[in-house]
Amino acid sequence: MATAVLEARGISKGFPGVLALDDVSFRLDAGQVHALVGENGAGKSTLIKVLTGVYRPDRGTLLLRDEPVTFDNPLAAQRAGISTIYQEVNLVPQMSLAHNLLLGREPCSRLGVIDTTQLYAEAERVMTRYGIRTDVRRPLCSLGMGTQQMVALARAVSIEARVVIMDEPTSALEPREVDTLFGVIADLRSEGISVIYVSHRLDELYRICDRVTVLRDGRVAHDGPLGELARVELVALMLGRDPAEIRRDGATRFTGEHTTTAGEPLVEARSVSRRPVLRDVSVQVRPGEVVGLGGLLGAGRSETAKAIAGALQVDAGTVTVAGQQVRRGSPAAAIRAGVSLVPEDRKAEGIVPTLSVRDNIALAALPQLSRSGVVSDARIDRIVDSFMRRLRIKAASPYQKVSELSGGNQQKVLLARSLATGAKVLLLDEPTRGIDVGAKAEVQALIDELAAEGLGVLLISSDLEELVEGADRVVVLRDGAVAGELSGDQVTEEAIMATIAATGETDG
Amino acid sequence: MTTTTTTAADADPGTDARCGPGMSRRERIGHLLQHHGALMVLAVTVVVGALVFDSFATPQNAANIVVSSSFLAIVAIGMTFVIISGGVDLSVGSSFVLAGVLAAYGSRYGLLVALLLPLSVCGAIGLVQGLIVARTGMAPFIVTLAGLLGMRGLMLAVSDEGANTYLVQNDAFSALGQASFLGLTVPVWITLGLALLGGVLLQRTGFGQNVYAIGGSEEAAVLMGVPVTRVKVLVYLISGLLAGLAGALNAARLSSGVTILGAGMELDVIAAVVIGGTLLTGGSGGLIGTMAGVLLLGVIQSLINQIGVLTSSFQQVVSGAFLALVVVAQRILHRAQRLS
Ligand SMILES: Nc1ncnc2c1ncn2[C@@H]1O[C@H](COP(=O)(O)OP(=O)(O)OP(=O)(O)O)[C@@H](O)[C@H]1O
Ligand SMILES: [Mg+2]
Repeated sequence: MATAVLEARGISKGFPGVLALDDVSFRLDAGQVHALVGENGAGKSTLIKVLTGVYRPDRGTLLLRDEPVTFDNPLAAQRAGISTIYQEVNLVPQMSLAHNLLLGREPCSRLGVIDTTQLYAEAERVMTRYGIRTDVRRPLCSLGMGTQQMVALARAVSIEARVVIMDEPTSALEPREVDTLFGVIADLRSEGISVIYVSHRLDELYRICDRVTVLRDGRVAHDGPLGELARVELVALMLGRDPAEIRRDGATRFTGEHTTTAGEPLVEARSVSRRPVLRDVSVQVRPGEVVGLGGLLGAGRSETAKAIAGALQVDAGTVTVAGQQVRRGSPAAAIRAGVSLVPEDRKAEGIVPTLSVRDNIALAALPQLSRSGVVSDARIDRIVDSFMRRLRIKAASPYQKVSELSGGNQQKVLLARSLATGAKVLLLDEPTRGIDVGAKAEVQALIDELAAEGLGVLLISSDLEELVEGADRVVVLRDGAVAGELSGDQVTEEAIMATIAATGETDG
Repeated sequence: MTTTTTTAADADPGTDARCGPGMSRRERIGHLLQHHGALMVLAVTVVVGALVFDSFATPQNAANIVVSSSFLAIVAIGMTFVIISGGVDLSVGSSFVLAGVLAAYGSRYGLLVALLLPLSVCGAIGLVQGLIVARTGMAPFIVTLAGLLGMRGLMLAVSDEGANTYLVQNDAFSALGQASFLGLTVPVWITLGLALLGGVLLQRTGFGQNVYAIGGSEEAAVLMGVPVTRVKVLVYLISGLLAGLAGALNAARLSSGVTILGAGMELDVIAAVVIGGTLLTGGSGGLIGTMAGVLLLGVIQSLINQIGVLTSSFQQVVSGAFLALVVVAQRILHRAQRLS
């Protein structure tokens, strides 16, 4: 392969307080799927933004088919045939699915007026090909994260491009949708289109990537064919640790069973219904127990968690915490009762991006930190500091704005915030989404620890391994209703899959 | 705390056509209220007014309301574009007045000059404001506030501190403001044409969709390859041009460039747009609502005139109360949608 489709030479890019990229060179060949990996905050997204004209590099050059180029903005990169799914924001929440999908390429009549009928028909056709059957006129924000991600994917691929860049495209996807995505990537490759693929899920990399570049602290730590690299070696390169040490630690850091005190459930949802997403769902969590929620996208897992946290208006059913009934549809009442939710969509529902890391964590912890309204700064500092260290939150300082952190580090702040509330019940919706392998183990260990202290944890994860290792019991949902419950030795990946599939697939 | 961070993310979509069968009943009602709430309130107010006052529902009175609302309506069309794009244009009131003076002054050189002079000056100022907002990232509030003050000064200079009132000296130009066609004056027909054109531009062209996208999430719009700078500049240009046109037509109607009418108009315009269901945070709204908002303000004015005992300044109190009501209602709708 003689010429690179896209090449970066000696790129450096700094932000106040950090050098995000330090003399990085990167070469993408035609028809290759090139993995870009590294810890949270290693500089992956920054490199992508430099490649696509979002940021101007401080130093270094970009080459497109061996010709030097500069992109003034993302539009220029798009025109040059580089299409990108960015990690954080991609689409406009209030606009309809169809308008998002086809923005800039709307089918028009001769007078330049958009043909709405054709617009919706086209959008429907495209989305059906990606396995999404929904009303394309709905505003994007009313759809699940997975669907939104598929829209971003469909949009990026349908723009005629020579290079498609995907920054953590699977973090919101289900196994079935991941398969769809990989099918798309295989098609791209066979058409000679190159793909840059960022993910923290290593098995995905081995399934589809040809080559890998490892970034560590803004520098290239490794570059070469992926096939020659064993999994532990890859992890070792990312973390900058010894492979032998990694091998010892194992895949997840869950210790397995917890000693659950039998008896009164700590939190109980009884026959919660909300048409059409939830039907008669009952779940209970006892103190010291980690209960997993399994199921496909749209099965009602996030909705169940939201209903318990009072963030979803329910038609029927009750939620009790420690025997006390919680007022319906009131997040404040749920919080007072000791329920804390780490939502799936941190962007919209969790973090206050303009506040600092410290303030975000402290905000939630304040009530229990303050004594008669007075809060000791030193105590806040201690708590913030311990969480930042424990979860390896990479920030220039505790006073850095959360919006300036890398995607994975934002997720860690959100998690820290919930953990710091001193809640009795934690509802964790995809807690390790977008979090790197090192910190993931740390999060899992922390969940275990909290359960051991007597908290009740409801864990939602698309990562079956995480669910199996972490949960004492798994409640499987299908189409908004409970399809089955597994406990003890029954909790295996196969059993969960079997329960999901039991009476055939009716969702879609 | 969560509510403040989600303002942009949960608002409803911009166009009527998007209310689809896939939505739940709750969503549909919320959608309907947000987009056609002003229209419904307008209908109710008109019916009540007609029942209570004999002289309210006369063709004469209706024509009066429509004619006097048309100038506000033209300016509000431009403002709707600006607000949907996530900005605001405070300079329209000053533009309106300056355009009136320039049109009256220019009328002595013929119809063409009377129209082109105010349009080019106000258009140019809109263009400059747009360039500053789009290129420097300065807050639209500040930039257009400067525009407001600057144009007010310009108007005072042209009119010798308001002492010099130019009279319109061109019959063709006067006809533009006064002549009737099928019972309605020319400015009303122009308003209708512009509203129609604006509606198509906003809902049915790539440019319009870009306006929604920028207002919905500027960051996402940039990443999606929307030419953000160009769209923003165009939006302020449209607003400036329409304010200029409205001012010129008003001068034609009054046969003079009145220097006091229209100052402070920007607030009425913003009120009409917001009452019409367009969110001040951008990304959502439409022209049907804006037209209903403008008419509602006109109807309230007329009803208060009917009551008679109250001075017309009472109209502002009622309009203000309406505005507060709308904002509260939007907030509630918003929360209902969040929880669904
Ligand atoms: N706009 C910004 N302002 C200040 N610092 C920034 C900004 N964007 C990124 N950074 C910093 O640059 C570093 C690299 O961030 P980047 O987003 O590239 O990480 P990443 O490898 O994509 O991580 P993740 O896996 O979490 O997505 C981080 O330390 C981050 O805090
Ligand atoms: Mg990233």
